[in-house]
Amino acid sequence: MNQELYQYTLRLADTALILSHRLCEYTSCGPFLEEDLASMNTGLDLIGQAEAFLKYAAEMSGNTNEDKLAFQRNEEDYKNFHIVEYPNTDFGYLVTRQFYMDVFNYFNYSQLVNSKDVTIAAIAGKAIKEVTYHLKRSSEWIVRLGDGTAESKERIQACLNDLWMYVDEFFETDEIHENLQRQGIAADLDVIRKQWHQKVEEVLQEATLTKPEGAKYSLVYGKDGGHTEYMGFILCEMQYLNNRYPEAIW
Amino acid sequence: MAYDLSQEDPTKLAEFQAKIDAEIKIEPKDWMPEGYRQNLIRQISQHAHSEVIGMQPEGNWVSRAPSLRSKKILMAKIQDEGGHGLYLYCAAETLGVTREQYLKWLHEGKAKYASVFNYPSPTWADMGAIGWLVDGAAIVNQVSLQRTSYGPYSRAMVRICMEESFHQRQGYEIMHRMMQGNEAQRKMAQDSLDRWWWPSLMMFGPHDGESAHTSQSMQWKIKRESNDDLRQQFIDKTIPQAELIGLKIPDPNYKFNDITGHYETSDIDWDEFWNVIKGNGPCNKKRLDHHIKAHTDGAWVREAAAAYGVKQKNKLQTA
Repeated sequence: MNQELYQYTLRLADTALILSHRLCEYTSCGPFLEEDLASMNTGLDLIGQAEAFLKYAAEMSGNTNEDKLAFQRNEEDYKNFHIVEYPNTDFGYLVTRQFYMDVFNYFNYSQLVNSKDVTIAAIAGKAIKEVTYHLKRSSEWIVRLGDGTAESKERIQACLNDLWMYVDEFFETDEIHENLQRQGIAADLDVIRKQWHQKVEEVLQEATLTKPEGAKYSLVYGKDGGHTEYMGFILCEMQYLNNRYPEAIW
Repeated sequence: MAYDLSQEDPTKLAEFQAKIDAEIKIEPKDWMPEGYRQNLIRQISQHAHSEVIGMQPEGNWVSRAPSLRSKKILMAKIQDEGGHGLYLYCAAETLGVTREQYLKWLHEGKAKYASVFNYPSPTWADMGAIGWLVDGAAIVNQVSLQRTSYGPYSRAMVRICMEESFHQRQGYEIMHRMMQGNEAQRKMAQDSLDRWWWPSLMMFGPHDGESAHTSQSMQWKIKRESNDDLRQQFIDKTIPQAELIGLKIPDPNYKFNDITGHYETSDIDWDEFWNVIKGNGPCNKKRLDHHIKAHTDGAWVREAAAAYGVKQKNKLQTA
């Protein structure tokens, strides 16, 4: 098995998996019905992406399947970005987490559609259509909340500031990534970093909001298997039935 | 004050009834007796609220769904329910009442939703039972309502029925899989049927003789079939499905009557039925509190969206 490709595929899979999990937790909590539906719709797109990547990872690994990977791994074997573990908290945090992630996903998948790995390219080809819409929606909400009322401006600015500490992980490269990038499989993170900051600045300017500052906070990263304090609780719920009835097929 | 039909213009009323009798749909701009409008406001909004409150017992398990497939299906199903709520609020708004007002009546306890959602969903099998039994009962009612006399309601029902039949099948599939699984799963499935069987029969409402709205609703063809007839259809359809996968109906007296061709069952515990409707069920407070909290917590978002909309409109006017 190509261990590096396997790890990289899990990073893509798990980030989508955990974010979709957070979105499904938001069921019936939205500010109005249309937003409940939109959050669930985004969650459905993301779980679909996660499933496609997990299937690919399972094929590479052999002797497992996408469900076992999704529901039966140990915490350190999940490779998602920290930001997707952040709790929904309120609609402002949900939108901000989505916005930061959508901008990254959009530019990441824009490159991955040309990945030399045909499976990753195919999944990216489908995902790019979905994340283009996700980005449109979350950007519009940032603008509405930023340029809405005084209260909404203050609240969304606080969300942007609070979640900023998780952003540097998007662009942090490592040996796995560099090797795959050299092979034309993984995206160029330096290019994405520039595009990401440009897009975020553009939206925040329209929203009359201030781009947060600060560089690096995390000592370990989710993509290396180190997680926030939130992750254990997520897995307790996600893996509840699998842990309680390990032999059962649902 | 009670509505008095005799206050209506007799000529208009006769023309209206003639249209109903000729199976011509009533549309929002058509003349209608106030009692007809009030009846629809009550029924359609109750139906819309039921779809939305019904997202909660399923939302209780979506983060604990045991496989990617089951999680996707449950997410899609909850999304469908919310979508049904939207069509129905739109249909209800054609009667001249805003969605905001409907939500206010819900929060004030003046509007009801299906009492079945005041029962808890403590196990994964409940995701099966809700789909199979609760959506199954809803379909029987909604298939009949496709022929209801009010155009917007009837058209909403056509679309909703297509999706509900998918929900009913996926619920039954969950139960079927569990009955093919290990002993713990079979026990969980049976326990869930035991808890949901009677509440699902209660969904059709009181016996025909005791239903406050039946007679006038039938004359105006808002309702097309009586509570007891619809309940019997559901019982006849569901008992063989339970038996096929090895589930036992939690009623020692149920039997098939060869002469009538229908199943006979014990009578419903009407004390429980009225008690839950009056607000004393296990989850009445929880369901409503949750809806109110989400609505209250989201006020700043709705206000921001409205303020932004006004700013954009002003910009366009000054440009």
